[in-house]
Amino acid sequence: MTPRQTRRNQVNTMSDIKEINCEQALARLFEFLDHELDAAHRAEVEHHLHACRACYSRAEFEKRLKGKLAALGQEQAPPEFAQHIKTLMRRF
Amino acid sequence: MTDADRAFFEGEITSLLSSLYGAALRLAKNRADAEDLVAETVAKGWSGLHTLHDRRCFRGWLFRILTNTFLSECRKKEMISLEDLGDSEQENADEQAFSLFDRLHQPFLLWWGNPEQEFLNKVLRDDLQKAVDALPEVFRVPVILSDLEGFTYQEIAEILHVPVGTVRSRLNRARSQLQKALWEHARAAGLGPHAPVNDAAADAPQPGEHHERH
Repeated sequence: MTPRQTRRNQVNTMSDIKEINCEQALARLFEFLDHELDAAHRAEVEHHLHACRACYSRAEFEKRLKGKLAALGQEQAPPEFAQHIKTLMRRF
Repeated sequence: MTDADRAFFEGEITSLLSSLYGAALRLAKNRADAEDLVAETVAKGWSGLHTLHDRRCFRGWLFRILTNTFLSECRKKEMISLEDLGDSEQENADEQAFSLFDRLHQPFLLWWGNPEQEFLNKVLRDDLQKAVDALPEVFRVPVILSDLEGFTYQEIAEILHVPVGTVRSRLNRARSQLQKALWEHARAAGLGPHAPVNDAAADAPQPGEHHERH
C-alpha cells in the first residue's frame, strides 16, 4: 500500500467515527474509563475528548479519582493474619 | 483432593490474600470482621474447590464466595433488606447524577488555578474510605468489585447474580452518591470553592453540567 493509500484509509477510518456531543460523551464516560465500551463507541468518546477541553478535563478528573479509589483495595494483609490463614489451610 | 489441588489452592490464596483482605476490609469496615470474612471465604473455597471446573476462573469464583458470605451475614443481621439486592429493584434511572467535577470546576480560573485538581491533590485516603464506607451495601459492593478490584461489569453481574444493566445502573448511582459525599466533605474541609454554598444550590443543576460542545 502506498503512503497516499494509507493516508486515505486513515481518513476513511476517521470519517467512520460518529460525532457525538458533550452530553453523549459524558453519558458514556464511566463505561469508557472502565474499558466497557465496544471499539466504535470507544473511538467516538476518544475523538470527542481530543476536541473538547471541558470534557477532557472532566475525564482526567474522573480518571484520577478512580485511581485513588483503586488504591483503597491495595491493602496489605497483616503478617499475623497471613500466618493464621496458612495455619488454617494446613488443617484442611 | 490431591496434592496438586492443595498446592494450587494454597498458591492462589497466598497470591490473592491482600486483594481479598482489601475488599473484605471495605465490605466489613473493620479489621476483625474482615479477617473473619476472609477466613470463612478460604474455608468455603477449599470445601467447594471440586465444583470449580475452570480453574482460570478461580479469582472471580472466590470473590463470589466472599461477596455472598458478606451479603448473607448482612441479611442475618438484617442490615439490608432482600429487596435491596433483588434484580427487580426500582433502579431510579432518571435520578439526577451528581458530578463533583461540575461543583469544583471553575472555567474562568482556567489559566490561574485548577480547584478540581487541587481537590484531588488534597483529598486523603481516609476521606475516600469514609465516603465508600458510607454507601449502602447495594452500591458499595459493585464499587468495591469494579473500582477497587477491577472486575468487568459482566464478571460483577455473575458474582452478584444480577443482569449487566443492573450493575451499570448501580455503579452510576454509587458514583453519584460517592461524589456527593466527597463534595460535602470538600466544603466542610474548605477544599472546594471558597464561597459557602447552601444545600439547595448544591443540589440544583450547575451551569457546567449540560455545557455545549466547546
